[in-house]
Amino acid sequence: MTCSDFLKELADYLDDSMDAQTRAELEDHLQWCHNCYVVCNTTKMTIEIYRDSHLYELPDDLRTRLRTAIVSKCEGHKKQVSDPRGQSDAPTAK
Amino acid sequence: MGTIQPKVEAASDEITLVHAAKAGDISAFEELVKRYDRNVFRIAQHITQNREDAEDVVQDAFLKAYQNLANFQEQSKFYTWLVRIAVNEALMRLRRRRPERMVSLDEDIKTEEDSMPREVADWSPNPEQLYNQGELKEILGKTIQGLPPSFRTVFVLRDVEGLSTEETADALDLSIPGVKSRLLRARLQLRERLNKYFKNRTGGDGKP
Repeated sequence: MTCSDFLKELADYLDDSMDAQTRAELEDHLQWCHNCYVVCNTTKMTIEIYRDSHLYELPDDLRTRLRTAIVSKCEGHKKQVSDPRGQSDAPTAK
Repeated sequence: MGTIQPKVEAASDEITLVHAAKAGDISAFEELVKRYDRNVFRIAQHITQNREDAEDVVQDAFLKAYQNLANFQEQSKFYTWLVRIAVNEALMRLRRRRPERMVSLDEDIKTEEDSMPREVADWSPNPEQLYNQGELKEILGKTIQGLPPSFRTVFVLRDVEGLSTEETADALDLSIPGVKSRLLRARLQLRERLNKYFKNRTGGDGKP
């Protein structure tokens, strides 16, 4: 197995979606190829850092504001569907 | 070396909520909003890279979902169906902001070369501890912003939100090999770009 072969399989390896034989071949490659070991390890860290980062969390006040607006728009839609002549006056969150 | 496991599991009562919402029960739909609004916001912000657009995407995606509940055939999870709507809304807003640039999930940048590791350096054992929370978020935000939209969309669905490859393909109308290829390249490009912040500097304070 070459480093390029290893890279092609890296995503499946990290996701544990491969057969036992391919996994064994990749692990054998990792035993002696330091570069692939480092790339594999740091790619795994990249995923974990993003997963645990809480990047782009929805603040509670905005969350409440958005939910109120969504529910209000849904009610407006429901009213319009049941009474097509009526006017929807659903406010937005802005 | 361990593997990465997905984190999102649909609750078993979800289908009951969906049925109640389909029958017109808005409070049941509100429960679904509460369950997934954080996820939709995170996905929208990753794709649009704009807070105002992300807020609009959350509102529009849930409203569209509500309006189209009758068309939800329940062959996939409600969340996957909702993600599909949210991604489309987010891409539409991104196109509006960048009319000069074609924004498409089919966008498949150049060759494999762009993702080949150029720098191989080991990282500090706990790289995220080299920075405070604010600095780390800035680094991660700036780094993912540099990826093509199609790559960061696949990355956020698979690796941040924990959708399976099949669910991601379904939500994005991509083939499974298409998802896998974008995911590998997204991961490798992020890793390459994070090198300068996280690589091990023996004897230094770890900061560039």
